[in-house]
Amino acid sequence: MAEIVDARGLSCPEPVLLTLETIKKLGKGEIEILVDTDTSKENVSRAAQSMGWQILKIVEEEKGYKITIKKD
Amino acid sequence: MEGLKNFFATKGGIIFVGLVIGVLAPVLQKLGNPPNMGICVACMERDIAGALGLHRASVVQYMRPEIIGFVLGAFLSALAFKEYRPRGGSAPFIRFILGIFAMIGALVFLGCPWRTLLRLAGGDGNAIFGLLGLIFGIWVGTRFLKAGYTLGRTQTSASKATGLAFPLLMLGFLILLLIDPQPEGEPKGMLLFYSIKGPGSQHAPLFISLGVAMLIGILAQRSRFCTMGAFRDLLLFKQGHLFLGVAAFFLSAWITNIILGQFNPGFEKQPIAHTMQIWNFLGMTLAGLAFVLAGGCPGRQLFMSGEGDADAAIFASGMIVGAAIAHNFGLASSPAGIGPNGAIATIVGLIICVIIGLTMRRR
Repeated sequence: MAEIVDARGLSCPEPVLLTLETIKKLGKGEIEILVDTDTSKENVSRAAQSMGWQILKIVEEEKGYKITIKKD
Repeated sequence: MEGLKNFFATKGGIIFVGLVIGVLAPVLQKLGNPPNMGICVACMERDIAGALGLHRASVVQYMRPEIIGFVLGAFLSALAFKEYRPRGGSAPFIRFILGIFAMIGALVFLGCPWRTLLRLAGGDGNAIFGLLGLIFGIWVGTRFLKAGYTLGRTQTSASKATGLAFPLLMLGFLILLLIDPQPEGEPKGMLLFYSIKGPGSQHAPLFISLGVAMLIGILAQRSRFCTMGAFRDLLLFKQGHLFLGVAAFFLSAWITNIILGQFNPGFEKQPIAHTMQIWNFLGMTLAGLAFVLAGGCPGRQLFMSGEGDADAAIFASGMIVGAAIAHNFGLASSPAGIGPNGAIATIVGLIICVIIGLTMRRR
């Protein structure tokens, strides 16, 4: 089961902060991050990649995007 | 369109945007904008407050088309790239207060982060203290963020029209400027106030300012260019993406100034600047802290307003009101030094921002 981070509606840089906190907590595995702006989508993807996590998929949803990241 | 969308999110994209803005700002100055003030979001919003008569400092009254262009450019870009999303409701009044103090801090220094870099690129050594203060203020803000600071979630608005209010206000300002131009040598049109001397009387031709600002609005909306975020992300995550854009902006402004003969290194007699370094430092500490707590530099707040973000629009409105307060009550500096109440206002502002930083937390 992937860990879910709901960062919808949060100001910059909170979506990245929450994502990095979860990355730190889990170390590896799968995380789904919900964001509601293109800016957050780009920032979260960039931050996850810089931590060595892989972007599995980005799905457009009714209220934004679901970004799935993974590290083995 | 998709390729273009992705380009601006890349390193090359943000550097390109920084380089372009860095050339355009000194060029606006060459074409008539005040010295080292090709673009200054704080100064230009202050001039708008003056044009509307919210303050009556006679030397800083002009309905600056650059601010209008930033919002309208970002609005058109957000529409074209399907990123226009009306939203709001994340601690609006706190954001208004932060806008007021961000402006007060900026007017103690005499410039926003954009002008801090432009002053430095024009050789104004006093801006070093402003820049150090800005970085320190941002660092303080990142401590609050690390401790769980938040203004809470914004809500997507039910009506598409919600996000139109600020862009429409800017369109209204533009119409006013067009139908009520400055009568030759007069300080007042039918409604708008104008300056006949001082920085408010210095401006590039209206349509050039507007066009350049709309272009910058589009580029910055696409790339998320943010002068505060650049330092914040470096300090908080050691991520240099936005910083690359700001570094490119500074370097190209510096080179453009040298080419245009606008680079005059020194500390004394710098244009629209003072040498009271402790207040240059603390003024920008206050501004930097307020920008972090509100989630964006004053330019970025305008670009987000164009995307439909009513919270950013409230912050920008707070800055305009802050300018009126600063000039009505002797808080704003002048080349002679800080205003009679500038020091106390800076300290009060710092205390209030720290209280906001400590009390607005994730539960």
